[in-house]
Amino acid sequence: METQVGTFAVKKGLAQMLKGGVIMDVVTPEHARIAEDAGACAVMALERVPADIRADGGVARMSDPDLIEKIMKAVSIPVMAKCRIGHFVEAQILQSIGVDYIDESEVLTPADEAHHIYKHGFTVPFVCGARNLGEALRRIGEGAAMIRTKGEAGTGDVVEAVRHARTVLGEIRRLQNLPEEELMAFAKEIGAPYEVLLETRNLGRLPVVNFAAGGIATPADAGLMMQLGVDGVFVGSGIFKSGDPAKRAAAIVKATTHYNDPAILAEVSRNLGEPMVGRQISSIPSGDLIAGRGW
Amino acid sequence: MSRIGVLALQGAFLEHQVLLERLGAEVVQVRLPAQLDGLDGLIIPGGESTTIGKLAVAYGLLEPLREFGRHKALWGTCAGAIFLAKDIGLDQPILGLMDISIRRNAFGRQVDSFETNLRVDFGGSNGSQAQPFRAVFIRAPLIEAVHGAARPLAQLEDGRIVAAREGRLLATVFHPELTSDDRFHRYFLEMTK
Repeated sequence: METQVGTFAVKKGLAQMLKGGVIMDVVTPEHARIAEDAGACAVMALERVPADIRADGGVARMSDPDLIEKIMKAVSIPVMAKCRIGHFVEAQILQSIGVDYIDESEVLTPADEAHHIYKHGFTVPFVCGARNLGEALRRIGEGAAMIRTKGEAGTGDVVEAVRHARTVLGEIRRLQNLPEEELMAFAKEIGAPYEVLLETRNLGRLPVVNFAAGGIATPADAGLMMQLGVDGVFVGSGIFKSGDPAKRAAAIVKATTHYNDPAILAEVSRNLGEPMVGRQISSIPSGDLIAGRGW
Repeated sequence: MSRIGVLALQGAFLEHQVLLERLGAEVVQVRLPAQLDGLDGLIIPGGESTTIGKLAVAYGLLEPLREFGRHKALWGTCAGAIFLAKDIGLDQPILGLMDISIRRNAFGRQVDSFETNLRVDFGGSNGSQAQPFRAVFIRAPLIEAVHGAARPLAQLEDGRIVAAREGRLLATVFHPELTSDDRFHRYFLEMTK
């Protein structure tokens, strides 16, 4: 009882240390070192960035543990890795090689179309995507120690990340204004566990750290998400699909710290070279959108 | 009323702010050197020490922070403790103010992160010695040795040092800001007087 690993405070605590920071997708140890040198607070190790997963099609799975371990050896900052929604064996494998956080991610092809992983059963913490408050609170109920907006990964279009952040934060504001007798009906309406809903109402925010993800490609995008009220940002394809990854990565790190200072945002936005080629979400057939994955 | 800064480059700075404000302090988030003016003390929070170091260099904070630490109270938690130390055995930007040797990620990766009870000598001012302090360690560093005027303030049962003080400098490798126990924050506010 005296000394414990894997408590919720310890799992949630690492996400608290990542706040105000940028978590970057990397596919090689060299990328990981570039990200660390640019000031990333963590990296996400994977075989293909979301833009390539989207372009390649087919089934997207957990990355090769050998690649993930090479990236873990290359950097001193925390390393995250993705498993498929509901694929608890991929999660067991990632925990056994010692990754610092697991992203149960809609970017990979779901392994279960009804259930997510029971995350309280793991020592390693999990981050999960959410489009609205009900989805966020269901994931926390299952044991997620960190939430991120889903956005629409691999597009470089921030519009869905904005929609999801505004939805979650707006629903929390609504929750705080409801009279107590309406809370159970609200929990039922959004499909949220009642106790987690009450905790969120008392805190006036999600009970875990809440990052933005999915479509962030510029320092201004990072500043926008931070000013909307998220705790930090994930940048997936936006860095290593751009013309000058090291420079863009460092600029997004600075923008995330100085998100409220337009003069600094202007300074870091200069001469960054080509951004990733974006795909406007409204041009993507609805069957190809990935944010709808998750239950 | 004390006016306390929290270095807000990256990491868990808001958690410190909430605890300090509950204790009646006025809190200023510090991202640029000018924001150090008029502060009685400063907390360097947990986060990623590499990220905090790079941002401190990029915005010209290293020398102003060193100068601040020579005259005012400074407290580093986790990454902040690394940032304060003179010896970290690695080549990354640090303040190098406190006479301690510290090693990054000394307990392993996140799956090895833990919480435990500590006995801390707060100096008897509030009669709170008897209660153990529930300390949360996240990918924590370890204070391998204290030198000169630095003294251990808390140790694990096996004797390893997890908190130290040297004059107005305080280092904890765990996170008092992640619990509701405010004894370390009270202790630090006393140091700023």
